[in-house]
Amino acid sequence: MKYELVIGLETHVELSTDSKLFCSCGGHSSPKEPNDCVCPACSGMPGMLPVTNKHAIELAVKAGFMLNCKINQYTTFDKKSYYYPDLPAAYQITQWFHPVCVDGSVEIGDRTIGIKQIHVEEDAGKLVHDDATNTSFVDYNRTSVPLIEIVSRPDFRSSDEVIAYLKKLKSSLQFAGISECEEGAMRCDVNISVRPEGSDELGVRSEIKNMSSLSEIKDAIEFEKVRHVDAIERHTEMLVQETRRWDDVKRRTFPMRNKETAADYRYFPDPNLMPVIIDDEWLKEIRASMPATAEEKGRVYEEMGIAAKEAAVLASDRKLCEVFDFVVAEGRNPKTVASWILTECMGNMKRLELFSLDIAPEKLARIIELVESNEITRAAGKKILSAVFEKDVDVDKFCEENGLNAKIDEGMIQSIVEKVIAENDKAVGDYKSGKTKAMQSLFGLVMKELRGTGDPATIRTLLEEKLNA
Amino acid sequence: MKYFVNEISKDGVIAVDDTILVKGTPASAGSKMLENFTPLFSAEAVERLEKAGYGIKGKTNVGEFGLDLLGETSYFGETKSGESLVSAGAEAVKAGEVKATLSVDFNGYPRRAAAVSGVDFIKPTYGTVSRYGVISCVASGEQIGVTAKNAEDIKEILSVIAGHDEKDGTSLPQEKYEYSLTDNVSEMKIALVKELYEKASSDVKAKIDAYKANLEKLGAKVEEVSVDVVSEAQTAWQILMAAETCNNVSRFDGVKYGHRTAEYKNIDELYVKSRTEGFNFLTKATILYGSDVLAKGKYEACYDKSLRLRRIVTDKVKEVLSTYDALLLPACCDINYKSYDILESFDKVFEESVFTAIASITGLPAMVTGGVQLVADAFKESTLLSIADTVEKEEA
Repeated sequence: MKYELVIGLETHVELSTDSKLFCSCGGHSSPKEPNDCVCPACSGMPGMLPVTNKHAIELAVKAGFMLNCKINQYTTFDKKSYYYPDLPAAYQITQWFHPVCVDGSVEIGDRTIGIKQIHVEEDAGKLVHDDATNTSFVDYNRTSVPLIEIVSRPDFRSSDEVIAYLKKLKSSLQFAGISECEEGAMRCDVNISVRPEGSDELGVRSEIKNMSSLSEIKDAIEFEKVRHVDAIERHTEMLVQETRRWDDVKRRTFPMRNKETAADYRYFPDPNLMPVIIDDEWLKEIRASMPATAEEKGRVYEEMGIAAKEAAVLASDRKLCEVFDFVVAEGRNPKTVASWILTECMGNMKRLELFSLDIAPEKLARIIELVESNEITRAAGKKILSAVFEKDVDVDKFCEENGLNAKIDEGMIQSIVEKVIAENDKAVGDYKSGKTKAMQSLFGLVMKELRGTGDPATIRTLLEEKLNA
Repeated sequence: MKYFVNEISKDGVIAVDDTILVKGTPASAGSKMLENFTPLFSAEAVERLEKAGYGIKGKTNVGEFGLDLLGETSYFGETKSGESLVSAGAEAVKAGEVKATLSVDFNGYPRRAAAVSGVDFIKPTYGTVSRYGVISCVASGEQIGVTAKNAEDIKEILSVIAGHDEKDGTSLPQEKYEYSLTDNVSEMKIALVKELYEKASSDVKAKIDAYKANLEKLGAKVEEVSVDVVSEAQTAWQILMAAETCNNVSRFDGVKYGHRTAEYKNIDELYVKSRTEGFNFLTKATILYGSDVLAKGKYEACYDKSLRLRRIVTDKVKEVLSTYDALLLPACCDINYKSYDILESFDKVFEESVFTAIASITGLPAMVTGGVQLVADAFKESTLLSIADTVEKEEA
């Protein structure tokens, strides 16, 4: 029998707010030392009262717009109670009864994934165990950092769809400035079951908790699929509805202790927080502040004459877009800029193992300007760019100090070409006897003499003219 | 009599209950759990008083988290006047130790305390005084109130502490409140709450009768009115109060501050032993009751229903207050309370809450004066203060 997967996702995303959800401690930009970013409110001391960070509500509404949700203009905060040392007040403030966004959808290829709801909640802290002294430490830096939880409907049928959805989510959220989606700032609970293809009934469900890497998620889904199908077909085990965790070392899922999952959270409306009313005017303001989505951005780039595939790569990353938009706005040719970013910048990023394009866009703009106006060669430009990546050098200064900015006229190239031909009889002979490869070594010698500053096309033409004369 | 669990300044003129924070002075809320807890900031009400030149004399003893009858569950011992149970905050005012005491009112303890000590107390409209810096039990109904010898002093102190505070999400937007002592009592109509009058002891009935006579002498009309939601108010408030208290005191777990048990093998044991040792019977009973009414499967029938009852009670009381300027009712059943053992106290607290639940669950202002309680519509503190002041001056 053929089986199909039925998967629903709960995705937690850290919001890019300047402060925490209910106090004025710093938000997503994580501090370095444990408990650096803590106040009496987010460490659960008595006497402190929560005050809602409106920006977090706005970002959640933006996420709702992006995922085609209905926005609840009357939205409330509720308390979820459980005891754990990383939860200082022994309750988490979340949205249980009236979440801010409901009933949305997102397109993945030709499939539509339903979004049940998006709600705002505060994050918990972090426990650090020291096995050497058998002690646990608590770090409250993360407590009360605002999150949204995006709850999908069980509409995924493969791990590929899940990954495509998460990638799309990530780039859209980054784009709209909703979340930086940095390493670990996007965490997923995967609800998964298996059923005979074409069946309408749902199988026994496993929930795999708290995964943050895409490869982990994919592996966990594939593992669970095999485990479920084996259980059904070969009765290898009795499937029960349970919560499991992925073990990245053992490459498999394990059930979590029952105790960790059987809690009654005793939800009730938080009387410290008045309902948040999102009136029409506020809603309009939020909508007006929505940036273009990655898809819209990609289309705009295509209209500039950039190939679809390249436009998509550019549009998928906010940093790339920022640099591209800046340089183009400086008057550079979009196609040239795209090529510089996708080839040269990304080459440098790969070489230096950088995850995001963190160079000053003015510098790239200046380099391209110098190359476009033939003040320097493309090779010189590349050299400068590498130096910008490595040491953040000043473009014009670096150019001057390394003699890259000399305007090379044909006369100078001509004399160097003649000099190289005169000094390299063997290579010239090889070339003339049909070994065209020798051309390359002569070309290299000319470039060396010119310290990489000459225009390659001119050099090649002059060399060929001389050799074939 | 020992008024203060912690003295702050000999020159101070205000006492602050130990459920309200004063920066740098231990705040224990009458609990072993917080015996050595020293807050990093002061309550907004305390800040406002200090800024206005009113020094804080010390922290007054309260029952654990202010849940009890008259402070009898305090880890630091009960306060007695002769054989009678009294509260330190009200007695400090009565003895002239301080001009006023700040207390947190949600289960009526400061109202009962004022009634038995024969001083005045006001619980203002919910949302008018910031709750920032209150060791919170019942966010949806607790208010800082003022105990003083007379209405004039209450007006003076309340004017200082009331007004919007951005640090409290439930604080109402009005920046300042002006109170008056000169509303015309002779034109007022007062509703004597029949159901609660009948529940009171003969001593308290006599107090009510005397107050009624005083009002009538001043020209006010006093009529007996049935407010047939008093037991609903009591039960619903008990449920809301227990649920919120259970949730709010759950932060006292022995992990971050406060009492931690000496020996434990794992985190669960740390929680259970610390809390078992740190809380008294009344708090534990409230926690159990509160966690039960919030449990899956009971939420709708208990907690959610109580929220709806709150609205029904409020509508009913407001309806009465649309024809009458104020309600006249007992603040408590008796004029004299002895020491109770903890189990008796538990029953007594519930029994007595029927008199205070109406103002707590509705958030309406209530005042105790001359041993009786007056309740008015929202923001009508001036009505209460004017009645109290006029009667006090008439008697003098």
